[in-house]
Amino acid sequence: MSHKIRVATTSLAGCFGCHMSLLDIDERLLELITLVEFERSPINDIKQLEPVDVGIIEGGVANTDNVEVLREFRRQSKILVAIGACAINGGIPAMRNHFELKECLEESYLDGIGVVNPMIPNDPEIPLLLNKVHPIHEVVKVDYVLPGCPPSGDTIWTFLTELLEGRPIHFPYSEIHYD
Amino acid sequence: MSNSRFVIDGKDIPFRPGQTIMDAAMAAGVYIPHLCHNPDYASTGNCRLCLVKLNGRYVSACTQPAIADSQVDNQIDEINQQRKTLLQMLFVEGNHQCPGCEKSGRCQLQAVAYYVGMLSPYFTHFYPRRELDASHPEMVLDFNRCILCGLCVRASHSADKKNIFAISGRGMDSRLVINSTSGKLGDSNFSAHDAAASVCPVGVFLPKHKGYEVPIGQRLYDREPIAQVGDVAHPNHQRDKK
Ligand code: SF4
Ligand code: SF4
Repeated sequence: MSHKIRVATTSLAGCFGCHMSLLDIDERLLELITLVEFERSPINDIKQLEPVDVGIIEGGVANTDNVEVLREFRRQSKILVAIGACAINGGIPAMRNHFELKECLEESYLDGIGVVNPMIPNDPEIPLLLNKVHPIHEVVKVDYVLPGCPPSGDTIWTFLTELLEGRPIHFPYSEIHYD
Repeated sequence: MSNSRFVIDGKDIPFRPGQTIMDAAMAAGVYIPHLCHNPDYASTGNCRLCLVKLNGRYVSACTQPAIADSQVDNQIDEINQQRKTLLQMLFVEGNHQCPGCEKSGRCQLQAVAYYVGMLSPYFTHFYPRRELDASHPEMVLDFNRCILCGLCVRASHSADKKNIFAISGRGMDSRLVINSTSGKLGDSNFSAHDAAASVCPVGVFLPKHKGYEVPIGQRLYDREPIAQVGDVAHPNHQRDKK
């Protein structure tokens, strides 16, 4: 292949579990890097996003930085993929959506069990939290979704290989789960 | 046994007078997706997942009596797309964070969604705020996952003769309520051995002091789809023999 497929990945309000799962394709990683070139990704620590064929987003949208990064990924990616429960429905971080942001901050930083030096962080370097956590499809158009918490290495492998071969993507029963 | 028959997706199904399409299909080992149906209780047809086409018209299989020599479409793309949409609406209406749910892997809502190929809930989430009821010594109720199928209501009424549960309110305000002076389960005469305790297709009724007991990979729906495994309340009750 003359031209490798360019892939970028990022984690928004996620736990990096989906990225760990990507590494879980084990020795198939060697095969993968003959097919794809990794651009911006926590895996290689490249920070600058160039135009890519496939952008993979882990995590939901919980703060202003997440919104900016997500929009940038959408602009630069031909195909945008939501990977994992948090990107798809907000996941565990979205459990704060039942409460007011104020209640969450007070519980974490003022009134919670074992809090010392109670104070709500307010450094200008810290991105502002949004009132609610959102799945990424509420902010940008998403082309593919890969459910799971995280999706297994096999699910990711099936997806990437079938996508690269231009086939309709078909998962065996055991590779689709929401947890 | 009468010799009345009808056809589902090209397969001949015998039935007795009075049987619904669902009854006859289950007896013949043909799976029709469903959530609020349980053969032990009267059908109410409220989840709409068992939508099929009877001679070209939409009906719910669990309430529609079988008709001799009729044609029923079940596993066709058009119907499965509608079932998927219904499921997506159920997912966004409640709080279904499967990764943190004790029912995950043995939840019928999840299993039916896998069966129809739902990859994401698609619609905008409501994220409603619903309080837990942990007042009972043996059981927690997590209303975040209630899909208002009414099975616990029916089981408590007809099997337990206790009438502990009811669905109150209308439309968006519909919710499961408990028949006790405080509205709490702990103040009712509910017992974890009641029939109502084990009919919920989703993760509302959670027995206390246990949870996540079966490892991932060995749970009810981890290896085979619901068409093979059967319902939560009746595993292997029906097997799709296709
Ligand atoms: S009840 Fe079922 S669908 Fe809802 S969160 Fe629990 S496992 Fe997921
Ligand atoms: S608690 Fe469970 S059984 Fe009762 S109405 Fe809700 S979903 Fe149905």
